[in-house]
Amino acid sequence: MLDKVLFYFFAGLAVVSAVLVVTRRNAVHSAIFLVTALLATAGIFLQLRAEFLFAVQIILYVGGIMVLFIFVIMLVNLDVALHQVQFNRQWLLALVLAAVLGAQLAFALWPGRSALAFPEARVAQLEPNTERLGQTLFRSYMLPFEIASILLLVAMIGAVVMAKRKV
Amino acid sequence: MIPTSHYLFLSLALFTIGVVGVLTRRNVIIILMSIELILNAVNINLVAFSRLLGSVDGQIFAIFIITDAAAEAAVGLGIIIAFFRNRETVLADEMDILKW
Repeated sequence: MLDKVLFYFFAGLAVVSAVLVVTRRNAVHSAIFLVTALLATAGIFLQLRAEFLFAVQIILYVGGIMVLFIFVIMLVNLDVALHQVQFNRQWLLALVLAAVLGAQLAFALWPGRSALAFPEARVAQLEPNTERLGQTLFRSYMLPFEIASILLLVAMIGAVVMAKRKV
Repeated sequence: MIPTSHYLFLSLALFTIGVVGVLTRRNVIIILMSIELILNAVNINLVAFSRLLGSVDGQIFAIFIITDAAAEAAVGLGIIIAFFRNRETVLADEMDILKW
């Protein structure tokens, strides 16, 4: 029962704030609602008993990436941009196409509803979550882990070079 | 227990909203935020299936996707700052130097 309440609360929060992210005029408001959406997603992770991802989501997304976003909004925020049209000319076509995409995906999921029901909760196998995650990450996924670190290094150098005044 | 399909439909809703944001907004920063929404929707899918299958591999992939999102946000925002310095705009349809 509590599980259900938590899931529907966080799911509703995530969807409502996601809609607000793409409809708000002010980019700062969008960023605040994105924080809400990301926190709601973190709640979903916790409800799915992925405690490590819950912590990573809050520390990395809400604490790291969103601060970066707010910083850039403050750096480039133009008052004129606020009074301009916020949606491009093909927004109606884009909306229709996105609705079609959503309908297609929903149609693909619909017949599978019974197939995707939980056969038996196997959560016991996933605990302790952080310990199992660490063991899998450093055994089976060692090479992808190292590649991810190189990716982060490249991204760091790229961001510095991009934002530098003179190349 | 919530059936996995509910998580999939939540993820579908977030993904579609993100696609709408990418396709309709003019502000590049909000387009980047919509991309973050899309990546989050994917993460929900991965974690839901990780619980369904009783294996942590899905959560590992979610960690990699979060890493990717961080890298993408850093580089993307760097590009936005560099572009803003040259052209004084953050609107996507005014970024048409490549258009002849």
